[in-house]
Amino acid sequence: MTAHSFALPVIIFTTFWGLIGIAGPWLVPKGPNRGVIITMLVATAVCCYLFWLITILAQLNPLFGPQLKNETIWYVRFLWE
Amino acid sequence: MGSMFRSEEVVLAQLFLPTASAYACVSQLGELGLVEFRDLNASVSAFQRRFVADVRRCEELEKTFTFLQEEVRRAGLPLPRPEGALPAPPPRDLLHIQEETERLAQELRGVRGNHQALRAQLHQLQLHAAVLGHGHGHGPLLAATPMDGPSDLTPLLQPPGTPHRDLRVNFVAGAVEPGKAAALERLLWRACRGFLIASFRETERQLEDPVTGEPAMWMTFLISYWGEQIGRKVHKITDCFHCHVFPFPEEEAARRVALEQLQQQSLELREVLRETELFLSQVLARVQRLLPTWQVQVRKVKAVYLALNQCSVSATHKCLIAEGWCATRDLPRLQEALRNSSMEEGVSPVVHCIPSRDMPPTLIRTSRFTAGFQGIVDAYGVGRYQEVNPAPYTIITFPFLFAVMFGDVGHGLLMFLFALAMVLAENRPAVKAAQNEIWRTFFGGRYLLLLMGLFSVYTGFVYNECFSRAMTIFPSGWSVAAMANQSGWSDEFLAQNPLLMLVPNTTGVFLGPYPFGIDPIWSLAVNHLSFLNSFKMKMSVILGVTHMTFGVFLGVFNHVPPLPLPTGISASATACCWRRCLSWCFCSASSATWSSSSSSSGCASPRPPPPGPPASSSTSSTCSCSAAAPPTRRSSRARRWCRRYWWSWPWLWCPSCCWAHPCSCTGGTGATPRGPAAHCRRTRLSSWTLRTETRRRPRAPGSPRSWCSPRCSCTRPSTPSSSAWAASPTRPPTCASGP
Repeated sequence: MTAHSFALPVIIFTTFWGLIGIAGPWLVPKGPNRGVIITMLVATAVCCYLFWLITILAQLNPLFGPQLKNETIWYVRFLWE
Repeated sequence: MGSMFRSEEVVLAQLFLPTASAYACVSQLGELGLVEFRDLNASVSAFQRRFVADVRRCEELEKTFTFLQEEVRRAGLPLPRPEGALPAPPPRDLLHIQEETERLAQELRGVRGNHQALRAQLHQLQLHAAVLGHGHGHGPLLAATPMDGPSDLTPLLQPPGTPHRDLRVNFVAGAVEPGKAAALERLLWRACRGFLIASFRETERQLEDPVTGEPAMWMTFLISYWGEQIGRKVHKITDCFHCHVFPFPEEEAARRVALEQLQQQSLELREVLRETELFLSQVLARVQRLLPTWQVQVRKVKAVYLALNQCSVSATHKCLIAEGWCATRDLPRLQEALRNSSMEEGVSPVVHCIPSRDMPPTLIRTSRFTAGFQGIVDAYGVGRYQEVNPAPYTIITFPFLFAVMFGDVGHGLLMFLFALAMVLAENRPAVKAAQNEIWRTFFGGRYLLLLMGLFSVYTGFVYNECFSRAMTIFPSGWSVAAMANQSGWSDEFLAQNPLLMLVPNTTGVFLGPYPFGIDPIWSLAVNHLSFLNSFKMKMSVILGVTHMTFGVFLGVFNHVPPLPLPTGISASATACCWRRCLSWCFCSASSATWSSSSSSSGCASPRPPPPGPPASSSTSSTCSCSAAAPPTRRSSRARRWCRRYWWSWPWLWCPSCCWAHPCSCTGGTGATPRGPAAHCRRTRLSSWTLRTETRRRPRAPGSPRSWCSPRCSCTRPSTPSSSAWAASPTRPPTCASGP
């Protein structure tokens, strides 16, 4: 229905998780738990970014489209658009 | 990295404790938890050690405590949890505790005995009163005169002419337990039929059984009989049934007097009983107050003496020598603790670090947050000394992988809120003291649940599922109207075709990937599983390979400090790199399918032959037209694939003797592997390694040729000392590989 760009979400999310994963560790205050917190930040950033990236890449060049029932087509056609 | 990357550095410390202050020193060390003592008297039995008398004293005290605890529990009183720091008391205080405990136990036993006796007495009085009351109702009828009785009660079957010599009616009155009343009645009828009248009646109210305390309705009976022999029989029968028989005065006035006396007695008895119970409750209250503290203290005293038993006595008998593992970081604290606890004695203990060949224990300090995750990792196997600890990474990867499987915003939010409630209430005493096992399981994993809920919310957004319904945060990237217009889907056409597919190649149908997550159109599609399954399977492989590579990368650090780097790499490189490259080859192939152009030339896009089972189902489902591709296309596809993935060739053609199990990475340097590594070496070696290993080792003469099944081609290696093959000689090892 709406054209979605690919570059914009990639830039936004890469920056977002990059800030958390790469810039975040520098901001953690010194203390006994500093190592653990840095590990958690980096691991979260890597896992969540990778997860989102795989999802968007999997939808980038679809090989087939959704198969809809005719009732769905009727109401989506007139409700969403 | 923090202290959780590896286990801490631990050193063997020898402590010279002067005999006078040994107890205090060990007690202080126990409070601080700095040292793990080693048993220096392992060859000595438990009964020959130095402090065995003290240990026995503590154990007897604990037995008395159990008795006291049982009494308190029987009275229905709760035992409060001990509060505050309770260090082990010095030996003279222990004597005081012992005396006090003995006195309390004796008092309690005496009072209990008295209480029981008084209740039994009261029970008897009550029964007697009930029996007399029984007679009261029937009194006028049964106050017999010698003449009246037999004439009314002449039995029908009495043989005529028998002289009624003894016409006096006698009474036996008593009480019998309710269960036996019917049997008693029957037996009386069978034995003395015709010569007695028995009347049974229930007591008016329930009486408490003195032993068990259960209320029960007793049956009182009044037997009127005549004849000496009958009387003897009746007495024998009542004795047999353990009935309580009471004297039954015939005149009503006498009965009334007796009843009044009984009532007076029972009133007095109740007073005494009340006083006894008051005293009992006072004693129990004292026990309730003192017992929890004592239990903790005596347990600590016993632990101190058990630790002292592990020390060896020096030749001059002036000091005890203790050996224990202590973290290097804690050595100053250890010295200060020893100094403080022996300040009164004047002689200070000495700490001396000695080198050791034994592997030190693994010490990882955890906070209440990290303790749960470390516990999960330790359940798989505790790492060796200074081995890389995977626990800090599992703080994120466990919840994340759970969330990949769970993936729902609504349910994830509920889980997060439940865990948040537990975390915020964790310091409440009611929550801490709860004993329910199921609750303790959940409470122990509250931080894990918190993170699992949080990640599930995120993956729920990515999967676009909230309580299993899709959300349209952004408008969908698929246009149904465009497809309908382009393909001329009129209403009649739609009515005739129940299912229609959107083709992404058509102009204007697919307008771009959904920026965050899965497009909501898929939740309306009938074939949503075809897309989602392929997506999720490829994602699982990529995530899995990433995690495993990270694990292997961490494993390199196990070899880096103790060994020079090249040996470490040669041990793991060939084995692991082969597998890694194979997996990464597959991952990049998956990515290539995503980056290829869409479906009109999609069937012509290079598709690599699936290297493993997970790929085949997904690739077969993604393009249905691949089967129809002409042969020329396939060969050109193959050529294109070869050109694209040329970098994976060297690894594909690596000699297969490098193909060993990944577990051999950690043990490849020849150090004896322990724990899970050894287990997997023992049971999961591939057939290749079996054959190459046996070819390398010469077979000693006399060892059996083959203990395995006839079909197996391996031979048992010669040296039983080779650790990976260790098996008892009586049982032949099962061959790890099939034919």
